[in-house]
Amino acid sequence: MFLIHCPYCGEREQSEFKAGGEAHIVRPKQPTELSDDQWAEYLFMRKNIKGVQFERWVHTHGCRKWFNMVRDTSNDEIKATYKMGEKPPTK
Amino acid sequence: MKNKYSIISLIKNSFSYHENWQKAWGDPEPKKEYDIIIIGGGGHGLATAYYLAKKHNIKNVAVIEKGWIGGGNTGRNTTIIRSNYLWDASAGLYDHALKIWEKLSQELNYNVMFSQRGVMNLAHNLQDVRDLKRRTHANRLNGIDAVYLNTDQVKKFCPIINTSPDIRYPVLGGTLQRRAGTARHDAVAWGYARGADEMGVDIIQNCEVKGIKRSGDSVEGVETTKGFIKTKKIGVVAAGHSSVIANMAGLRLPLESKPLQALVSEPVKPIIDTVVMSNAVHAYVSQSDKGELVIGAGTDDYVSYSQKGSHDIVEGTLNAILELYPIFSRMRMLRQWGGIVDICPDASPIISKTPIKGLYFNCGWGTGGFKATPGSGDLFAHTIANDEPHKLNAAFNLNRFVSGDLVDEHGAAAVAH
Repeated sequence: MFLIHCPYCGEREQSEFKAGGEAHIVRPKQPTELSDDQWAEYLFMRKNIKGVQFERWVHTHGCRKWFNMVRDTSNDEIKATYKMGEKPPTK
Repeated sequence: MKNKYSIISLIKNSFSYHENWQKAWGDPEPKKEYDIIIIGGGGHGLATAYYLAKKHNIKNVAVIEKGWIGGGNTGRNTTIIRSNYLWDASAGLYDHALKIWEKLSQELNYNVMFSQRGVMNLAHNLQDVRDLKRRTHANRLNGIDAVYLNTDQVKKFCPIINTSPDIRYPVLGGTLQRRAGTARHDAVAWGYARGADEMGVDIIQNCEVKGIKRSGDSVEGVETTKGFIKTKKIGVVAAGHSSVIANMAGLRLPLESKPLQALVSEPVKPIIDTVVMSNAVHAYVSQSDKGELVIGAGTDDYVSYSQKGSHDIVEGTLNAILELYPIFSRMRMLRQWGGIVDICPDASPIISKTPIKGLYFNCGWGTGGFKATPGSGDLFAHTIANDEPHKLNAAFNLNRFVSGDLVDEHGAAAVAH
């Protein structure tokens, strides 16, 4: 179990949160014009990185707001959290 | 030629204090080139190499393993074997494996301790009851033994379950597959390794793959910590690290790697002679031959390669175990560990060719790959040898995520994800 810094509530226990998968996957602007390959890419294909990854999390048992996280998946170290719509930290 | 294991060889070796047993597999240096390289020396990878040599007569094969064989998810699972899956494609795949399991110890001359003690899946709410009845009917249409049990029959089959109606999630019924059971997971890896080694397969341990060399649309070889090895065909069976290997080849997979935990208790006298699984409250338990309770917990919901899971997942599972089996309330847990499982969006595996010529993937087994080990190896060997899938794994192609022809087994997978 690790502590997560919610950008709205501050540091809380991980059990209050749920992970929502890879972040910054943009919903297609013209869904009707996508090919099946592009749909598959959008819906299913994931980077699944071993190392530093950008993710979405939600503070389910708290403020219920979604936010983004930079986390090292090889050792579960959280590098940063930031609000939805904000640019990811460069370092 | 390997010496045959038998009661006679056991007696013979006891006279030399068991110090002169023949090595079960060698420790070769990699050759410059192989016909086929298998990345990943777990059960599935070793089985693939074994069947390539045995059924397809391709013996210039190497299995490359970054740690030691069977040290990943093969040695971390809860050893449950069953084939009661919902869809025809899955039923074909998993029952193919179960049929091989039934003869595996004899075939390998290695005791994998396959024990058909039955697997019972419990229903705790009306939807569970409907789903499990539907699955029982589907299983029987596919020739898989399955029966539906009511609460009294569940109690009769496994008397230590608390079937009182006033627990938080009462037991409303369950299904039973009697041909299902458990096996000793290490022995499966070791048995296949010994068999493959005997036929000339090189098992190369402590050798990590660092890159996949491509020329245009086909593969040329693998970069490893022991140097470059040339090959025209690569079979990747890297479980939780499948995406890592895929990224090396510039391929994307529909996988997420997540920690799945298990734990064992102190050993006690025989108390539960079957496997009981419960999807709804997420608890499953069996007893090992040493007497330990083997308990499977759930997956965490985040991507991780750390082989550690969250503590609250274990706590949730143990809460459910104690509600269902009050008799275990004073048991102490001895060990807890995590494995990294590669989960597909439809909870079914991928045994497939890829857009890159000579590159094959066997992945996405998620939380339930152990049961399929022999069948998976057999079908993957067929796919690599013929450059075409066998009819039993044709549905488990990578293209199903484009065509939409998914094989949704979230219900039968029995581990909520």
